[in-house]
Amino acid sequence: MSEMQDYKSSLSDLSSRKVETFSYLPEMDAEAIRKQVEYIVSKGWNPAIEHTEPENAFDHYWYMWKLPMFGETNPDIVLAEAEACHKAHPNNHVRLVGFDNFKQSKGAEMVVYRGKAV
Amino acid sequence: MAKTYSAGVKEYRETYWMPDYTPADTDLLACFKIVPQEGVPREEAAAAVAAESSTGTWTTVWTDLLTDLDYYKGRAYAIEDVPGDDTAFYAFIAYPIDLFEEGSVVNVFTSLVGNVFGFKAVRSLRLEDVRFPIAYVMTCNGPPHGIQVERDIMNKYGRPMLGCTIKPKLGLSAKNYGRAVYECLRGGLDFTKDDENVNSQPFMRWRQRFDFVMEAIHKAEKETGERKGHYLNVTAPTPDEMFKRAEYAKEIGAPIIMHDYITGGFCANTGLAQWCRDNGVLLHIHRAMHAVIDRNPYHGIHFRVLTKILRLSGGDHLHTGTVVGKLEGDRASTLGWIDLLRESYIKEDRSRGIFFDQDWGSMPGAFAVASGGIHVWHMPALVTIFGDDSVLQFGGGTLGHPWGNAAGAAANRVALEACVEARNQGRNLEKEGKDILTQAAKSSPELGAAMDTWKEIKFEFDTVDKLDVAHK
Repeated sequence: MSEMQDYKSSLSDLSSRKVETFSYLPEMDAEAIRKQVEYIVSKGWNPAIEHTEPENAFDHYWYMWKLPMFGETNPDIVLAEAEACHKAHPNNHVRLVGFDNFKQSKGAEMVVYRGKAV
Repeated sequence: MAKTYSAGVKEYRETYWMPDYTPADTDLLACFKIVPQEGVPREEAAAAVAAESSTGTWTTVWTDLLTDLDYYKGRAYAIEDVPGDDTAFYAFIAYPIDLFEEGSVVNVFTSLVGNVFGFKAVRSLRLEDVRFPIAYVMTCNGPPHGIQVERDIMNKYGRPMLGCTIKPKLGLSAKNYGRAVYECLRGGLDFTKDDENVNSQPFMRWRQRFDFVMEAIHKAEKETGERKGHYLNVTAPTPDEMFKRAEYAKEIGAPIIMHDYITGGFCANTGLAQWCRDNGVLLHIHRAMHAVIDRNPYHGIHFRVLTKILRLSGGDHLHTGTVVGKLEGDRASTLGWIDLLRESYIKEDRSRGIFFDQDWGSMPGAFAVASGGIHVWHMPALVTIFGDDSVLQFGGGTLGHPWGNAAGAAANRVALEACVEARNQGRNLEKEGKDILTQAAKSSPELGAAMDTWKEIKFEFDTVDKLDVAHK
């Protein structure tokens, strides 16, 4: 059994802030992100990209990057939009959303570029 | 032609056994498993159950003739063998919708499982399933919010949510209790939960518990940047007291409260569910006492029926058993009532113990809650069995972590997210679970320690109440 460790998390340490699904795992690489896009597309969900300053991440509403990509099934196009959003807002969180219009909900939502608090 | 009055005892089957009857779309249908007393023919026993759960009395009375009893009576319309069991049979009974007050599971079950369960002509009796016609469903309030609204309020998408029941279940002071809640939430859980028997005892009155728990929620939200909740148990000795606690929970901004719908009662539960919808407070439902009613395969009410009662009465979460943990449950059967809780249309499927098609129309579904005896090693199976619309609750599996609650919570969160990511990639979780968790533990010492702590634990007792198709 390994030795007891302190749980490192505090109000003053900005790295304690999480952003929901997959934010307790290491940041995904390009290949891992692609697989999640493929999953969203395979479910028939509508991909979308949103972003926000890390200090406003708790808000329900983030900024939409353009409009959701209704009917888009090509992962390359979705990934290119995510990257374009990241380039335009390098310090912001960028999240990938899969809108499930039948359930009127999001079937998937995950941050794919983690921003830097300034 | 008008009927004439003739006093005395008639055989039930003369009136209540109608093998040629075709159930109407508006009928409420029930399937009972009956073990008759020796010498009582099946048709007579089935007819007796139909009579005693609807309009019948043991003897004919003259006032029967002042109404149209042939319209109001329950009708036993079919009998079937129970697979692999010669002692019992299934009786199918149709009840006209007029027999029941609108929006009242109290009234429906006062009829269906009232006097008839002590009736002499049957040795034992079990209500296996009930088909609620859509016409009746639409008169019920149902879940206050449902799955989709709760996801939006709590901002949780694309994964099951994580919870934990605070232990020890009895004896902590309110302030220490709030500490245990805070540690779980800052470590990455979405919810913590009052144990069912935490109400308002001398060692911890409800008011202080609510206050300290809310402070824990607020601090954990600020620290993690994620939305958090704690099921504040408002189950109380009287409805007035229950609503008083619910009002205070709302006043201090608690997102979710909880109720025990069987010990608290269907009347209280339905009232509370309506209050929750009016006040925007989510409602978690516990099921204490259910095993008294649903465990005996020959007598009582099957849990799939108790699930339907809750969905009609109202709740946003319901405990469903875990399949993999230490508690009772057979996988196919559990999957059956999970569907009854969450889906909008469920087809008859005897291999999962579902006797009727059930149409819920636009009534929201509720989250299935898996709780009891589970830990990180169960995560791959739990994600596979329960899917996203569930709350996976690790009590001992969080608090029992060698480094404490926050580390235990983080271990569960990492394990959950690793399993969901792998599932989305098309990997088989139950087969590759060990690899997936081992890989995830490389970047999470908390998960590694949890995997070391619970490595060899297994709970494999035989199920007492098996599906009837599995017998022999």
